[in-house]
Amino acid sequence: MLEFIIITIVKLLVIFMVVMTIAAYSTLAERKVSAYMQNRIGPNRVGPFGLLQPLADVIKMVFKEEIIPDHVNPFFYVAGPAIMVFIALLPWTAIPFGENLELFGYIIPIQISDLNLGILFMIAIASLGVFGIMLGGWASNNKFSLLGAVRASAQMISYELTMGLSLAAVFLLAGSVDLRNIIGSQQSSVWQWNIIVQPVGFIIFFVSMLAETNRNPFDLAEAESELVVGYHTEYGGFKMSLYILSEYINMVTASALITVLYFGGWSIPFVDFHALGFNQNLIAIISVAVFTAKTLFFIFVFLWVRWTLPRFRYDQLMNLGWKALLPLSIANLMITALVALLV
Amino acid sequence: MVINVREKYLKTTGKLRFMERIYLPAIFKGMWITLKHFLFSRAVTVQYPEERKPVAERFRGRHVLKRDEEGKERCTACYCCAYICPANCIKIVAAEVTPEIQYNHPEDKYAQIFEIDLLRCIFCGFCQEVCPKAAIFLESEYELAADSRDKFILTKEKMLDKTGGPRKIRQ
Repeated sequence: MLEFIIITIVKLLVIFMVVMTIAAYSTLAERKVSAYMQNRIGPNRVGPFGLLQPLADVIKMVFKEEIIPDHVNPFFYVAGPAIMVFIALLPWTAIPFGENLELFGYIIPIQISDLNLGILFMIAIASLGVFGIMLGGWASNNKFSLLGAVRASAQMISYELTMGLSLAAVFLLAGSVDLRNIIGSQQSSVWQWNIIVQPVGFIIFFVSMLAETNRNPFDLAEAESELVVGYHTEYGGFKMSLYILSEYINMVTASALITVLYFGGWSIPFVDFHALGFNQNLIAIISVAVFTAKTLFFIFVFLWVRWTLPRFRYDQLMNLGWKALLPLSIANLMITALVALLV
Repeated sequence: MVINVREKYLKTTGKLRFMERIYLPAIFKGMWITLKHFLFSRAVTVQYPEERKPVAERFRGRHVLKRDEEGKERCTACYCCAYICPANCIKIVAAEVTPEIQYNHPEDKYAQIFEIDLLRCIFCGFCQEVCPKAAIFLESEYELAADSRDKFILTKEKMLDKTGGPRKIRQ
């Protein structure tokens, strides 16, 4: 029992640090990627190639004065970012990163807790993310914040439906909602990957993930040109950095989920490490590296999409969600179910 | 010029085709463009304090008072520049050249005080065009920031051409 607690705490710490670091560095990646796409250089003053920029940003944000404006509701104003970042970090308890490690006679799964309803848990947590945004926007007592929060929550709730329905097709194929089983079902060959089996489902899921994480082209919640920055207009310093950080964590989570659900997790096409007779620990390390590489690639795709596409108008967003993606995802689910039944 | 039939059709009917309505081909096209920029384009940024672009030959920057071939001050305090100056920023006080300072001034009259208020100057270059002695020029110096108003008054010492210098003559 004691070993279990120690192992879990170590895993918690490691995953927390890694996720935080990746989220912080995706802010730098965002600035660098946008710079290169616009023939600029991007941040290059702090450290070599600007690599210490996230650190400088964090230091600046943390040491800013804590301002709570007079017209806000102080309790919810502070609770908003805290809830937001908590909920953003929560899905990482269930994401598996690689094959089991064998250390000192223990078999250690590289996953904080092996939930057998993994993806359902994830969907449940993702929908809680609205609370952080809504509380922050409402407590700010500011029209821009409120509008941003209302937009964000409406958008997240509408796109959750399509996301859930496109995921249902994945469950059908894997026959399980456990993330490990979903990865296992894709592991035998690259033709088993859900991106091949479920291309329409993948597109629907990816678009709804963009909307869920409030990323461009669906970043109506912040919409600089209309709403200042939306729901965190009244925030500054550390609290604002928590909001921004949690948005980036959501992006990292979405990338990891795409990797797990549609790109075979840690499997490499046409290579089977078990058949090559590698040591279990070596396989574990390689699988974590592969998983990380795929996740980083999808983070890049998120940034790439953001710096390519213009923002949707609000009615276009709702039309796309309810009139296009929802029927499409239902059709996708029906066809998948039919094929699964017949085959 | 090729007439784009598709665009004409769109303008008259306002209808999109199926491939246009599903957005995706256009999105992939756009993403290919940004990817090309990301992978192949070079940054056009000039890293300013370390890296400077040369200014144009005709650039009108900070004023410089020139010296002649013998290193004497060219300015004879004729007031032409002060007269033409639309911003009225040149202040000249003329004085007679005494034997002691003759080594530095070719004529009888010289500018004892020659000041330009950079806050008023509009860098129009009229002074350099009007100068009969080719004494004042607006040259390439353009970093003119300062933290107090006094520092924007260019005095003669600051403006005088560094090269050449007054010719030292034996007494």
